[in-house]
Amino acid sequence: MSPKSESPSTLAKSVDATILAVRQETPNVKTLTFDLSLDPKAGQYLMAWIRGLDEIPMGFSGPREITVHEVGQATKALANFEPGRSLGLRGPLGNSFILRGDNILLIGGGVGIAPLTFLGEAAKAQDIDVTSLIGFRSSADVLFKQRLEKLGDLAITTDDGSMGIHGFASAGLKELNLGEYSQIYLCGPEPMMWDILSRSKEHSGKIQVSINRYFKCAVGVCGSCCLDHEGIRVCVEGPVIMADRLLNSEFGKYRRGPSGSRGSCRG
Amino acid sequence: MSSLAGEVGGLILENPVMLAAGILGTTGASLRRAAMAGAGAVVTKSVGSIPRDGHPGPTVVPLDIGLINAMGLPNPSYREFQEEIDIGKTGGIPVVASIFGADPDEFASIASGLTADAFELNLSCPHAEKYGAELGRYPEAVQSVTKAVKARVRVPVWVKLTPNTADIVELGLAAQDGGADAVVAINTLKAMAIDIESGYPILGNRFGGLSGPAIKPVAVRCVYDLSSALDIPVIGAGGVSCFVDAIEMIMAGASGVQIGTALQRGYGVFGEIIEGLSAYLERRSMRLSDLRGLAMRRT
Repeated sequence: MSPKSESPSTLAKSVDATILAVRQETPNVKTLTFDLSLDPKAGQYLMAWIRGLDEIPMGFSGPREITVHEVGQATKALANFEPGRSLGLRGPLGNSFILRGDNILLIGGGVGIAPLTFLGEAAKAQDIDVTSLIGFRSSADVLFKQRLEKLGDLAITTDDGSMGIHGFASAGLKELNLGEYSQIYLCGPEPMMWDILSRSKEHSGKIQVSINRYFKCAVGVCGSCCLDHEGIRVCVEGPVIMADRLLNSEFGKYRRGPSGSRGSCRG
Repeated sequence: MSSLAGEVGGLILENPVMLAAGILGTTGASLRRAAMAGAGAVVTKSVGSIPRDGHPGPTVVPLDIGLINAMGLPNPSYREFQEEIDIGKTGGIPVVASIFGADPDEFASIASGLTADAFELNLSCPHAEKYGAELGRYPEAVQSVTKAVKARVRVPVWVKLTPNTADIVELGLAAQDGGADAVVAINTLKAMAIDIESGYPILGNRFGGLSGPAIKPVAVRCVYDLSSALDIPVIGAGGVSCFVDAIEMIMAGASGVQIGTALQRGYGVFGEIIEGLSAYLERRSMRLSDLRGLAMRRT
């Protein structure tokens, strides 16, 4: 399925999965491994049903795992799941990253590294060269350093300078010649992604961006995730969207919350 | 395409196939996209007087036969929503504002605070406390809400009815008595799904409304009964997924049809239905008006 595809692959019903292992990645990020694989492609997501609480979208960080950043009530509950506990999973949903060419660049920030690491590992298995540029607030937040080091060149930035290059992820762009890469993959907090995109517009035709909007139904009907000005249904036509379609969209400017009300795309 | 043009519930439409309320109607851009895909009119997501985030997830349960949903009337309030209607209007077709309130005054103040080509009164959402079907199952409430809105606006007023009642015709007559320009039938059927691994009801709200192919025969019967009893037009909604379903609705008496759950297949569903409908009419050298209510004349 291409990033532009209009319809969901199949209607995914909720299946019961059990947590096999929980790995603490950073003080507020954990990776949960399931006892079953939904057979996802990198870039796809699932809806995780925390029974009695909520159902939230989570990107895959591997074929049978998700990586959870504790930000709200539902992610905190999910991160506190112990091995042996079960939850409902609906997926895999949405489109995926598409591997193009033999020399790719991953640019990520925070927990956005998760789907990129999954992609990088799939690329490596096909003998594609993988370079990564990843940014974090601080050295304590650095995620998947070892997994990404195994794939190829890795540059790290931290906002406070406690590891790698001092500054935002865009500070690492100077070290790279974007023209060299056959395809670039981007995932992270929206201000960070917008910062990268606005500095690399001439490459927007080869940048695949995984974006975040408020998903409710995840089957493309409720309309809560629609992206101005095209009205892209991010839950089924995304979450991966080509950068050239994002440049004149709401992306980087505003986003809608659960009521449909427009708000800041920060945080 | 001109064979499909005509009046539906006080609006002149290029074709009678519309986007249903609650589907891809939160943003002006998605309404416009439905217009570009060929819809004859679009109905917005229901808006109320204050912002609501809606129910916790899961908000939908996908089934082979349709969807159960309990979105919980999320909306940014009508004050913030005018901008989305205005963007939707750039699609070049009528935009119908779906509105909800707890009483006639609330409905009337929302309607008078919005500019739209028509209003659809949500008296039928089955899963929001104090709203929707909690009023809409009482004929007196249907009549008084309709009357209050009609007194405040000059554009057509449609009333969307609930099938979760012993006699939907009674509700339709109440809307007609209140001055409605059309009724829309049906909203979802109250429904529930339970996860057998855990025993939890799946929806965050525990119960919700069933839509999609499962309810089409129920909708056809409701449209037939309403069309037989009412003088005002009936707009058919409920499980219409292809042109065959649309024709069935029209033969049951519908002046127009609304598409909701079938949008899961993408916006292309509008084009499929409109082309199918046109080709059917052409093949049989018939007009849309020949089909309308045909089932009532076959006795």
